[in-house]
Order: sequence, then C-alpha cells, then structure tokens
Amino acid sequence: MNPEKVVFGFFIVLALTLNFGFFVGDIENPDHHHLYELYAVVVVNLIATVLKFGDRSQMGALLLATSLVAMLQLLAAAIVWALAEHVYGAGLTPVVTASIVSLSGGAMLANVISVILLIIETVMLRR
Amino acid sequence: MNRSGLENIAFLIVRRMRQPLLTLIAVYAVSILGLSLIPGRDADGNVWHMSLFHAFYFVSYMATTIGFGEIPYAFSDAQRMWVSLSLYASVIAWIYAFGTILALVQDRTFQDALAENRFARRIRKMREPFHLICGYGETGTALVKSLTDRGQHVVVIDIDEERTNVIQLQDLRDFVPALNGDAGVTQHLREAGLQHRSCAGIVALTNDNEANLKIAITSKLLNPGLKVICRADSQDVEENMASFGTDHIVDPFETFGNHLAVAFQAPCLYLLQSWLTGVIGSALSEPVYPPRDGHWIVCGYGRFGKAVCRRLAAEKIRVYVIEAHPEQTGQPESDFVHGRGTEAVTLQEAAIEGAAGLVAGTDNDANNLSIVMTARELNPDLFVVIRQNEHDNEDIITAVGADMIMHPSAIIANKIRVLLATPMLYEFASLALYEADSWSCELASRVSGLVRDQVPHIREWTIDAQQTPALHAHCSAGGEFSVGDLLRDPWQRYERLPAIVLLVRRDGDPVLLPDLETELGVGDRLLICGSGVAFTRITWTVSHAHTLEYVRTGVDRPQAWFWRYLKGRQEDQKK
Repeated sequence: MNPEKVVFGFFIVLALTLNFGFFVGDIENPDHHHLYELYAVVVVNLIATVLKFGDRSQMGALLLATSLVAMLQLLAAAIVWALAEHVYGAGLTPVVTASIVSLSGGAMLANVISVILLIIETVMLRR
Repeated sequence: MNRSGLENIAFLIVRRMRQPLLTLIAVYAVSILGLSLIPGRDADGNVWHMSLFHAFYFVSYMATTIGFGEIPYAFSDAQRMWVSLSLYASVIAWIYAFGTILALVQDRTFQDALAENRFARRIRKMREPFHLICGYGETGTALVKSLTDRGQHVVVIDIDEERTNVIQLQDLRDFVPALNGDAGVTQHLREAGLQHRSCAGIVALTNDNEANLKIAITSKLLNPGLKVICRADSQDVEENMASFGTDHIVDPFETFGNHLAVAFQAPCLYLLQSWLTGVIGSALSEPVYPPRDGHWIVCGYGRFGKAVCRRLAAEKIRVYVIEAHPEQTGQPESDFVHGRGTEAVTLQEAAIEGAAGLVAGTDNDANNLSIVMTARELNPDLFVVIRQNEHDNEDIITAVGADMIMHPSAIIANKIRVLLATPMLYEFASLALYEADSWSCELASRVSGLVRDQVPHIREWTIDAQQTPALHAHCSAGGEFSVGDLLRDPWQRYERLPAIVLLVRRDGDPVLLPDLETELGVGDRLLICGSGVAFTRITWTVSHAHTLEYVRTGVDRPQAWFWRYLKGRQEDQKK
C-alpha cells in the first residue's frame, strides 16, 4: 500500500462527496445549502489541486485540469456569495442561492470526472 | 527543441512547492474556520460571529503580518487567543514556503537547468556562422584563441565545469558561449547548435577517443552536410572515423611526421608552410635543414616515435631506437637499444658521437630535456627534435634551443584553425609540393619581403555579394578586373600593396601564383597573404564602388549630387 496514493485518493473523493453534500437540496432554498459546507469544499478542492501538481503523465495533466475547473467554479460561487452577502447586502435571495448552487454543481461534475479518471488509472495499474 | 529544458524548470518548481503550499492552505483553512466559529461581541455587547468573508480578509493580512487591527469590532479574549495561535502558525508556514523557494533558486539542478536554458536561447539567436568546439583542454583553448583572434565565432562544450567557467575570464576578442556538459550526449550537441543553420563545422577535441567518435557519428547522422573535424590518437579509431565520412581526422604524430618529411625533401616549402600557418603576431621562423649525413637516434618508440621512424626510413636514413619498455611499444625493426636515453651509456650504445640527428620523443618532458642535454654534451652538432607534452613547460623547452619542437596540442590547434579558416591553404601546399624547391625559396623570399619579421596575414576571399560587394557588382556588370588591379593601393594606385595572391580557384580549376594580368570573375576564390595594412586596403577596394573605380581607372569621380553637377558643367564648358 502506498501512503501517498491513499492521501491522494482520499482528498479527491472527499472533494466530490463534500461537493455533492452541498449541492443536494432545493436549489433556491438557502436552508438546504450550508455555507460551511461550501467552505470545506473550497479548502478540500484546493488541497486536491496542489496534490496533483508535478505529475508529468498524461493522466496527471488531465487530473490537474479537472481540478482547476472545479476550483474556478467554486471560487466563482464563493465570490457570488461574498458579493451578495457583504457588498450589496442583499442576503441569500433565491436567485443568488440558485446561482451559487448551480456553480457548485458544475464543480461537482469536474470532481466526478476526477474520480472516474482515478478509477481508470487504478484499473489500468491492476492490469 | 529546447522546450524540455523550460518544462523541466517549471516542473521542478511546482513539485518542490507542493508541500509548502499544502501547509499554507491547511493553516489558512483552520485559522479562518476558527475565527468564524469563535463568538465575539459587537459594540453594543451583542454576540457576534465573524463571517467567513471577514475571517478570510483578517487572516490574509494577519498571516503576512501587516495587521490593520481588530476589524470590525474589538476581539474577545477567546478570539485573541485563537489569533495569536494562528499568527505564529501562519508566519511559520510562510517562512517555510519562502525558504523552499530560496533553496530552490540556489539549488544546483535548478541553476544548471537555468544555465542550460540560457545557453540554448543564446545559440538559437546566433545569426553568423560559428564553429562548435567539443573539449576545452589545452588544444581547445589554443584553437578558440586563434579562431576568435581571426574574427570567427565559436561555441564550446566541455564536461569540466572549471574549464567552461574560465572561458569568460579569458581575454578573448569574441563572446564565446560555453555549455558545461558531456559532448557525447546528443541533447547537449543539439543545444549547442549542431542542427543550427549557421553551424559551419564541429570539432571534436576531447581527450577521450570514444567521445570523439560518438560526436563525429552523431554529427554525421543529424547534420550530414556539416564539416566534421576530429582528433584521433590511435590508428583504429582513425579508420573508424574515416569509415563514416568524417571530413578531417587530425593525428598530431602523423602531422608532425609529414612536416619532417617536407623539411627533408623541400626545406623552403617547409619554411613557407610554417610561415603561412603561423599564429598571427609571432616572429618568422628560421629555416631548418635536417641532416642526412649520418644516422638518427629516436628516443621513445610510442606513436610519435613510430611516425618519425617511418618517415626517416622513407628517406633511407639509418635509425637507432632507444626505448625503455619495448614489451609495451613493440620491438622496432631497426637497430634497437634498451634504455631510457637519459644516461650517457645508452646514448653511446646508439653511437651518439657519429649521429646526425636526435629525436627526444618520450611522453615525459623532463626526460626529453635530459636526453637533449646529455646528448649535446656528447655531440654538440646534433640536429635536435624535441617533443613537448605539457603546455606549462613551454619556456624550458624553448630555452633548450631545439631545431624542431613537436607540441601535439599546438599542432592540432594550428591544423584545425587552418582547416576552418583558410582551407585553400592546404590546397596550395599540396600543389606547391609538385614545384621544385627553388620555386618555394623564391616565394619565401618574396613573402619575407612583404612583412618584415612577423608572420604574414592570410585570408580567403570569395567574389560574391557578401564578401566583396563592389567587386561583385562590377564583375556581374561585365567589367574587367585583374589581379594586378586588386593589388593596387587605393591611396596611390601606382603603388603596389605588400600582398601576394597565392591561389585563385575558378570552377574547380586552381591557378597557382596567378600573374598580374589574370582576370577575376564572379565566384572566384582567392587566397591572399600579405601584411595587415594590405588587407585593410584591399577590403576598401572590394567593398566601395568609388574606390574600385579609382583603383581601376585612376579617375576620382565626385560622389555627391552637387559635385557631380559642378563637374558636369565644367566638362560642358570645356566643349
């Protein structure tokens, strides 16, 4: 067992599960989407991205690309939240909530691809 | 082709920064989370939780120790405790990150990757023809010096870092890019411009025969049109190199053997050759006449001794060989004395008293000097040939006053310099071999008349648009121009410049010492020797249309519009 692979797989899967947890629920209802969950998703995704740095293989490049996409979506969601809550003071209206959740949904898709790639790599390694 | 170098650097940075970045993210995440969870009190004393956005803002300036104060409300003690903890944690994380970056910048691999990348970029930007020299030892140093002195561009690869570092400290006339690396590695040769379109030739001079072989074969495969010159110290390596078309293989011992043979058969030609191939600024050498009236003694029967013995045998001269280790070098066919030659007894066994010549050719300079001094005591009239192995011993070898000195590095450097800069000189020498020696003697006295006591300058000229723009334009337009016109002084056309046209080559036909009436045409290649001043003046003639006009006709035409106009009016009035 390679401890590095365990940590790597752990963070990639955790990024997906947290992302899913934030995403599920009524898309316009802020009560279904806890802010701290978004925070955790951002942090775990950041860690997953950095873990993918410095892998020269084709698979490594693809993994890094999906992570960068996820980060882009999540940071956009975080900025939308900060703008709505602090800059404009509008609070989490249904429109704002919907856009935050849909952005995180896009990030989730990227995370799903990440996990699929990880599985493919593992299967190929077994063979 | 050099992208991989840059990618390596980026890859190296990213990989090393992974750990510090993870630490930073973790510290930030925990600090922000903690700040947003710990309750504080606002100005009115109500319980207040810092929002994640504010916590991120606060941690961002706290971690970089900028510190704007407790915003937006004064902190509670619990918050302060948490901030103190995370402050130290984040500062340590930043120090760790910066430390890693600084260590990376100083890292050897990183520095090497940067240097290699810089070097490759510089080579890509080269626009003028350059020669690639592999190996910057004694020979390489001498070659680079003499090539840059003649205004040629050079790129150097050497495996030893000390040698490549020392290049920039040497007083060379041109900047010489140097790569520290194994020239046997294809990637290094590529980076140094093996496939560059301005690369004019590659010279393999490393002290490793295998490496030279590898360089030659790589060059011939990757750039078949390139001129490849190799140093070879053994017969089988030489044959191997020749088998795949290496253009020139330089064996210092055979080369010196050739010199000796020429000195025997045509002393004046030998003198002429040594003047024409001499290093600029050195004095004209004296003629040597190797004697035939007696036997020769050759000390040391290595590669050098064997080459000399072959030439002496061809001259039908009796040879005594003195060798200390005949079991290693092989037993010579001629008369043989076992010993080192440094003691009088061995020399007397080889009948030193009646000998005409002595070759001190061992691979040890001290022994060679000792042989020469002992032998001179026994027979003061000896003709002495001494082999110099180390460059540092130059002074003492010169002091012993031998008739001929054989210094392998100098011989190789000299030969390669001529091959690269003035290859026509070799053609000239081989044509001159067919002439009687009196022809060479006459030419030698003419050459010594051109230059007082220093070696003459020598240069090749092709009549084309780049090297001789004015002459090329004149000849393309159907104008006539003879060798005599070329040698007219552009300051005073009835004066003759101190220069001699040695060889003219037209459509593959060489003309040795063309007379002054010989007409020149487009595409002709000229080999000219003379004083430095003569070359400056000839450059004027062939590059400026008006100078050319004056040299040809004696009429100094006005150049500017106004003077042409005045002159035209004058001529009209005369009519």
